[in-house]
Amino acid sequence: MSPFVPMVQSTVVAATPLIFAALGETIVEKSGVLNLGIEGMMLVGAIAGFAATLATGNAGIGFVAGAAAGTAMALIFAVLTISLQTNQVATGLALTLFGIGLSAFVGHDLAGMPLPGMEGVTFPVLTSLPLVGELLFHYDPMVYGSIILLIAVMWFLERSHAGLKMRAIGESPAVAHSIGHPVVLIRYLAVMFGGATSGIAGAYLSEVQTPMWAEGMSAGKGWIALALVVFGTWRPGRVVLGAYLFGGVTVLQLFAQGIGLNVPAEFLSMLPYAATVVVLVIICRDPKTILLNQPASLGRSFYPGT
Amino acid sequence: MSEPIESPPRLVLTGITKRYPSVVANESVDLTVRRGEIHALMGENGAGKSTLMKIVYGVVRPDAGYIRWEGRYETIASPAQARRMGIGMVFQHFSLFETLTVAQNIALALDTRMSNAVLATRISEVSERYGLPIDPHRLVHSMSVGERQRVEIVRCLLQEPKLLIMDEPTSVLTPQAVRVLFHTLRNLAAEGCSILYISHKLDEIRELCDRATVLRGGKVSGTAIPREETNDSLARLMIGSELAECRLEPNKTGEVMLAVRELTQAAADPFGTSLADVCLDVRAGEILGIAGVSGNGQKELLAALSGETLTAAGSIELGGRPAGQLNPAARRALGLTFVPEERMGRGAVPPMSLASNALLTGARNGMVRNGLVRTDSMREFARDVIARFNVKCGDERSVASSLSGGNLQKYIVGRETLLKPKVMIVAQPTWGVDVGAAQLIRQALIDLRDQGVALLVVSEELDELFIVSDRLCVLARGRLSPPVRLADTSVEQIGLWMSGQFGAQAGEEATHAAA
Repeated sequence: MSPFVPMVQSTVVAATPLIFAALGETIVEKSGVLNLGIEGMMLVGAIAGFAATLATGNAGIGFVAGAAAGTAMALIFAVLTISLQTNQVATGLALTLFGIGLSAFVGHDLAGMPLPGMEGVTFPVLTSLPLVGELLFHYDPMVYGSIILLIAVMWFLERSHAGLKMRAIGESPAVAHSIGHPVVLIRYLAVMFGGATSGIAGAYLSEVQTPMWAEGMSAGKGWIALALVVFGTWRPGRVVLGAYLFGGVTVLQLFAQGIGLNVPAEFLSMLPYAATVVVLVIICRDPKTILLNQPASLGRSFYPGT
Repeated sequence: MSEPIESPPRLVLTGITKRYPSVVANESVDLTVRRGEIHALMGENGAGKSTLMKIVYGVVRPDAGYIRWEGRYETIASPAQARRMGIGMVFQHFSLFETLTVAQNIALALDTRMSNAVLATRISEVSERYGLPIDPHRLVHSMSVGERQRVEIVRCLLQEPKLLIMDEPTSVLTPQAVRVLFHTLRNLAAEGCSILYISHKLDEIRELCDRATVLRGGKVSGTAIPREETNDSLARLMIGSELAECRLEPNKTGEVMLAVRELTQAAADPFGTSLADVCLDVRAGEILGIAGVSGNGQKELLAALSGETLTAAGSIELGGRPAGQLNPAARRALGLTFVPEERMGRGAVPPMSLASNALLTGARNGMVRNGLVRTDSMREFARDVIARFNVKCGDERSVASSLSGGNLQKYIVGRETLLKPKVMIVAQPTWGVDVGAAQLIRQALIDLRDQGVALLVVSEELDELFIVSDRLCVLARGRLSPPVRLADTSVEQIGLWMSGQFGAQAGEEATHAAA
């Protein structure tokens, strides 16, 4: 059997947590808030999801717990940056450090315990199709969840009135405030949504990708998610494309290391990061695209009082 | 105030007071707007007009006073409530989102939800009825300032307002666009809509408005029927004293000190304007005015002249030497000084003292020796600027950001003037500056001209250019009109040129003239 099918399958599994985290961050940044705490929220989501699944034996409950933990982390960030108007960059970095420490502390005794992993969904007829069934209909529910999330986020940003409001706030909170839109409330909701998806992304790591808990197991994926949002010029389709690209090159270089190519392993490990950045920069270098899609108020605090 | 005729007036403000930590913006202001009336709210910058309007529109809460709307006392807590009551506002700095379409911008401000198709039809209906053509599907960033204003007005009209607040609506329009706007406003008033018209332009107020309330220093200094007043009497109400006038005496001009030769340059900013074949020259002892609505290449031309963007070496000449490849410091060494449009951040470093800000551009005028700053001469220079230009501040150690916009502008113009330039470029010299200070700044420019300096003044205020210029050009869509002597032109012609209609023939003449 050719390595093609398992490579595609591993790519999808590698990309799924990035999709969750990056789509959530897309929403957050579109509202004008820059949350650099994804890595921290993912780790806290990972340990929460792992612990909940271990206790209940139910992976679904694990994901709910992961989302809740991520949301709680995001709420801390929201209170600090939106209500107390602290610097978003510094606060986001602090959130990541806090998440790394908190997850390590809580998960100290859980390290090394195994989880059964998550069952794949079976579709009648479709799953048993040759090749197509293995490539498309052979995954755990969260993979399909990530696709549904993509469609939902695209619809929200492009078609819905609430999405329009949020984009307007991201472009100019002062103007949105002067027309009477609740800037603070909408930013809170956006940040909490981003926290929930980051928590789910973390839980996916500890429940599905490698069903166990290890300290710092997100290994920089939160930062990759952040980069995907920026290099994908805040457009959900491109962000997801970037996630699959990253996943694909990650898997490719693992295979390459597996067959013993005469290339330093460090160089291969670097490839996914370099390839993703290079490709996305080439796709999105048009300054007009960037200006039209970048939320103009990104990272700036908003003071509602005039 | 006269008695209401049949029904209560639309809006009555009584004793409105608003205090900010450092200033009292409004102090027991009374104001009455009747039905179907165009009511002017006049005053200099900082007189409290904008604060008062924000109070009416629910953006700011007053500390004291009452608002009566159609006979009932109301507390206006938010813009949304103001809109529900029937108050619409067109802001001075437009409240539009640039990356969204017209229809999306309008949908954002409507309180009732409707489908995109219905909204687009409604927009077309309203824009046709009031003669304000706009395309609902265009992105706002691609629109001119006049078109953006139309969007704002249509947005207000869609909600069928009973009171429309216009905050300095004509400051960004060509004279022709002002005609169209006045026509629309009169139609609206005839239909019973009240209009509160904020402005400091006396001619416009006398032409358009039924009654006027004048603010000075946050208090009402009088009410008037503008048609029965003269510009002088209105100005007295507004500033409390007579307006001195600037005079431009005939002057002998000298060598060409600043020349631009066939400057064509693509805009670096994708929302910017590319310059196409711009030619001009400015002689010693004259002021060349460049008129035009902002966004027509002003920013790009100024950046090319100051050296912030480099061009082909020969396309800009300073004192006869090619300067297109020189950076700003090298151009200043050739005797150029520059007053940028943005005071904070480009004209001055906000958190630094006025003295340090003098060093910023004056470093080579004896303020630095052997690489060390000579604090004494730096401070002396700053004190000199403050005294001569009547800058209101603590002393030369005050930080730039603590000054009001007008005072900082006086300081920056003063600094650039006292550096003894050979060529001086000034962008929007009196934007946001009160009438008295504007007079001072214009006189300073004229004095420099009489001393033989070549000046280039870029301004949106036509009135101002007609006061200070020897010759005028118009910049429209990145193209520069041929220069005309002030005596040979009229506001109408310049206005026509501002919409880009100076034709290919005129452009050729300019090229010949420059060649």
